[in-house]
Amino acid sequence: MKNSRLQRLKKKLLGRQGTDGILGRFLLYSLLVIIGFVYLYPLIKMLAYSVKDLEDLVNPVVEWIPTKIYVENYLTSWKVLAYGKTLLFSLLVTLLPALLQTVTTSITGYALAKFRTKFKVVVFGLILMTYLLPQQVYMIPKYVLFFRMGILESAWSIILPATFGQGLSSAIFILIFYQFFRLQPVQLDESAEIDGANPYQIFLKIGVPLAAPAFITGFLFSFVWYWNETYISSLFLGQNLYTLQLKLLNFQSQFNLTQGLTQSMTNEAIRYAATILIILPVLVTYLVMQKWFVEGIDRTGVTGE
Amino acid sequence: MTRKPLRRDRRDNLVGWSFLSVWTVGFLVFTLWPIATSIVYSFSQVTIEGTGIQQAFIGFENYRRIFSSAVGFSFLESVSDFAIELVVKVPIITVFSIIIAVLLNQKIKLRGFFRGIYFLPVIIASGPVINQLIAQGAATIPIVEEMGIVDLINTVFSPTLARPIASIFQELIVILWFSGVQILLFIAALQKIDQQIYEAAMIDGAGPWESFWKITMPSLKNMVMVSVVFTIINLATFSENPAIAHIKRNMFALDTGFGFSSAVAWVYFLALAVILALSVLLLRSFQREKVRR
Repeated sequence: MKNSRLQRLKKKLLGRQGTDGILGRFLLYSLLVIIGFVYLYPLIKMLAYSVKDLEDLVNPVVEWIPTKIYVENYLTSWKVLAYGKTLLFSLLVTLLPALLQTVTTSITGYALAKFRTKFKVVVFGLILMTYLLPQQVYMIPKYVLFFRMGILESAWSIILPATFGQGLSSAIFILIFYQFFRLQPVQLDESAEIDGANPYQIFLKIGVPLAAPAFITGFLFSFVWYWNETYISSLFLGQNLYTLQLKLLNFQSQFNLTQGLTQSMTNEAIRYAATILIILPVLVTYLVMQKWFVEGIDRTGVTGE
Repeated sequence: MTRKPLRRDRRDNLVGWSFLSVWTVGFLVFTLWPIATSIVYSFSQVTIEGTGIQQAFIGFENYRRIFSSAVGFSFLESVSDFAIELVVKVPIITVFSIIIAVLLNQKIKLRGFFRGIYFLPVIIASGPVINQLIAQGAATIPIVEEMGIVDLINTVFSPTLARPIASIFQELIVILWFSGVQILLFIAALQKIDQQIYEAAMIDGAGPWESFWKITMPSLKNMVMVSVVFTIINLATFSENPAIAHIKRNMFALDTGFGFSSAVAWVYFLALAVILALSVLLLRSFQREKVRR
């Protein structure tokens, strides 16, 4: 009798399988919460520090909760970053390439998925090569090319390659669209063809609408990656055009420029405020469209086969 | 009758290429031509003059300089630093993302919420942002500093090893931040495993621990490979990677220029290719050994 009671208790605590029991559950959730906290720690710290004034910053007692909310940091970094103007330019070299890249890579992916073109294997090989070959290898001749075309140090140097499907991670997007279009039933295309539609109409009227999830996911990732990219854009945009990320990269010199100081006068609070201002647009996008980001990877079949 | 399928084939080909045309033009102009030119540059002395760009063929001189000059040595050093970094970071990221994926694959509440948190860094982790976090010390867990782990590492290891290992503890959170995509890859792989296999194993008396090693891990085999390759490429092309900073710095330096810089880029690519090949071979042999046992 006592034995069976003990057994039932054991079953309740440890469970029958994996994390069924109370103990297992407890362990699982605490692990998830702890790791989640570690993940968010930099963000929380950033947020807490960005509203500290000088007194709070040097006060060792004030760690997480500032004594007052000091907005001045945000106002200063707003000015240093020239936020309104820079944001507009950032969006120009982020949203436009993302949109154009999505269009071109979808057309390319569609071609590979639906038509028996000659040299398809070669095209696939070349696309994979562009994924494996780092941009750094061929960015110098590109720099020269853009210089000759007269588009160096202008937004065109970012927009034009994206338009022709040679933008940031274009290869990945082509493969996403390829996977997605390949899974669309051929019967739909065939019945449209019998009704007299040409291949381009079929693409626009059947292919595109059915691939809406792939388009949304592709565009969102494209947008975020363009937003975060600095290595190539700082080279092509030159010394006079700044995106928000590039301003953050040179925050100290930007600060001196706008505040008319040669001495280092920024503090971590101002820098954290600037960092928050810069991740804000993508953060908001993520919060609103989270489902599309996370499930998009599943749904578009990137992970399949 | 016999001609019809042939015509259809030809039409298919033409229409297909019309869809491919935009990409093809772009590939030729913005990728293939630059790649070819980059090879030529790497064997040339490239000088910029008022009238245009002059290039003179100098054979392997640029490559020889990488292995015989101070500028070259500092590049090679950053590549070997990066290689050591990979040896530690790639296993950490891979193991960590498998653990998280397994945790998230349990029947839990708020799954979407947790998954959203673990994926968040992929969205916000740009070079400058990570730079700021590391510079302000927000990239590490306070415990690491308080327990003096870094000091301990500095005394235990030789200086060449201590630097990369210490940086791992100092940037621990940021390293974990690089696992967002890999976690999703592993979750997708886990969801493809048939639940009945687990039930059958349980009936045969296998515990969760045995099930994990005998069922879960073998099914993740291919995804481990994909994840490792992705991680290496992701880290290798990250904008704050010191090795690729050399390429850009040398472009506009007076004593080096476009030619030398191109050679540096190709050496970097070859090093990366060797690292990738080695990792794939290592994983393969490791997996085969396991099967034999």
